[in-house]
Amino acid sequence: MGLATRIIPCLDVTAGRVVKGVNFVGLRDAGDPVEVARRYDEQGADELAFLDITASSDGRDLIVSVVEAVAAQVFIPLTVGGGVRTVADVRRLLNAGADKVSINTAAVQNPQLVAEATGRYGSQCIVVAIDAKRVAGSRALRWEVYTHGGRKATGIDALEWGRRMEASGAGEILLTSMDRDGTRSGFDLELTRAFSDALAIPVIASGGVGSLDHLVDGILRGRADAVLAASVFHYGEYTVRQAKEHMARRGIEVRLQD
Amino acid sequence: MIDVAVVDYGMGNLRSVAKAIEHVAPRLEVAVTSDPDVIARAARVVFPGQGAMPDCMREMDARGLRQAVLAAARGKPFLGICIGLQMLFETSEEGGVAGLGLFHGRVRRFPGEKMADAQGGRLKVPHMGWNEVRQTGAHPLWEGIAQRSRFYFVHSFFVDPAERGLAAGEAVYGVPFTCAVARENVFAVQFHPEKSHAAGLRMLANFVAWQPELRAKSAVSLSVNLC
Repeated sequence: MGLATRIIPCLDVTAGRVVKGVNFVGLRDAGDPVEVARRYDEQGADELAFLDITASSDGRDLIVSVVEAVAAQVFIPLTVGGGVRTVADVRRLLNAGADKVSINTAAVQNPQLVAEATGRYGSQCIVVAIDAKRVAGSRALRWEVYTHGGRKATGIDALEWGRRMEASGAGEILLTSMDRDGTRSGFDLELTRAFSDALAIPVIASGGVGSLDHLVDGILRGRADAVLAASVFHYGEYTVRQAKEHMARRGIEVRLQD
Repeated sequence: MIDVAVVDYGMGNLRSVAKAIEHVAPRLEVAVTSDPDVIARAARVVFPGQGAMPDCMREMDARGLRQAVLAAARGKPFLGICIGLQMLFETSEEGGVAGLGLFHGRVRRFPGEKMADAQGGRLKVPHMGWNEVRQTGAHPLWEGIAQRSRFYFVHSFFVDPAERGLAAGEAVYGVPFTCAVARENVFAVQFHPEKSHAAGLRMLANFVAWQPELRAKSAVSLSVNLC
C-alpha cells in the first residue's frame, strides 16, 4: 500500500458563490462555497479546486475572501485558479489559505511567471493548467494549447509546453481536454497518457467525466496521478465516496475514511 | 501569554496551520510571528516550512530566528512540519545546505527515475497526496489516530536520521522513509497535519494538550539563552 490516487472535485466560483452552467445558456447559483466545500470534504474529497470564473477585475477580490472562509473550516488541500496573472496574485491567494495556485493563460503570456512563482514559493504550490485541443489533420497525434478559457489558439504544442513548464519548476500539471470538456464522454486518454509518460511531475486529468468508469480509465489507461471532475459530483449523481468505492473495486488505491 | 507561536519566516501559507490549531483549540491564543521574543515566551512552538530548504534557512536567519527556534526545540513542546522537520537535521542534498543540526542525519531526494509502483509505472516527484503512515512506536501525538491512517504529503526530499530510535513514523513511496521523528519535547512530521482532515486535526489537538517531560539541562540552557 502506498500513495492514494486523488479525486478532486472542481468548483466554479463567481461573485463569492459557487455556480454551475445550465445547458450552456446560463449560470445557476449552486450554493455557498464553504457549504459546498464542506460537503465534498465529508464525502472524502482528497483536495478541492476552485476556479474563479469572474470576468471583471472588480469581482476578483472576492475569491480571496472565499478562500479565507473555506480554509478556516475545511482542512484538506485547496487549489485556486482563474485570472492569476502576477506573483502578487499568487502571494495573495497563498496568504488567504490556498495551498496551490494554478496558472493558465498568464503562463503562456509570460513564461517567466512560473519560474518566478516557483522560485519564490516552491514548486509544490504552483500548478500549471493546460487546456489542450487535438490538432485535426496532423499525421501524428498532436494537441495545441488554448488560452483565455479555451477561446484562443496559441499554436503551441501542448506536450512541448508541458515539458517546458516542468523545466520551469511547475509542481503539477492540470490537463484539460477541450475536445472532451463538457461532453461527458470520458477523458481524452491518449492525451492523458502522453503527458503522464512524458513528465516526471504529477498529472491531473480533467475534462469529459460522465461516469465512474471514466475516472477508472483516467487512472488505469491514462495513467493520471489524480482525476478532477465537476458535473458528475455537482448534480448529485454520485458522491465522492461512491466514486472512490468504485475505483477501489477496480483495484485502484484510494483514501477511504470510516 | 501566547499559547502557540507559529514561526513565520516568510515562506508560504502559515494561515492554514494557525487556522487548524484554532479550529481544534478555540480557546488558545495562537500567534503567527517572526518575533524572537514572542517565540521565547510562547508555551508551545510550531515550526512549519514550505518551498526549498536553502531559502527557508536563509529567510529564517535573515529574520534572526535561529536562536529562538533552537531554544524552543530544546525547551518546550515543539512541532516541526514539512521543511520544519527537514531543517532540524544536519545537512540537505537540496542545495547542499546545512540545517540546524538538532538531530544527526541528512535530508535526501527521492531517486525519482529509479522508483516504480507495483505495476511498474513511474512514480512522480514531488510525492504529492495522501499516503499511509506506519507509527513505529507509541507517542502522545499519535493518540487516537489509527495505525496506517493517511496523511497529506507534498515534498521531494525526506529525512534520513543517523540516530536509532529517532523515527516515530514511516511511509513508503518507492522507498521506505522516515516521515515522523520524536525526541523528548520535539515531534516533527514530513506530512501536513493541517491539511490531513480528521487524523491531522487529531494530531494538532494532541500537540496542544501534550505535556512532555523536560530535561533539567534544557531548562538551564533555555534560561541562559534568554538572559
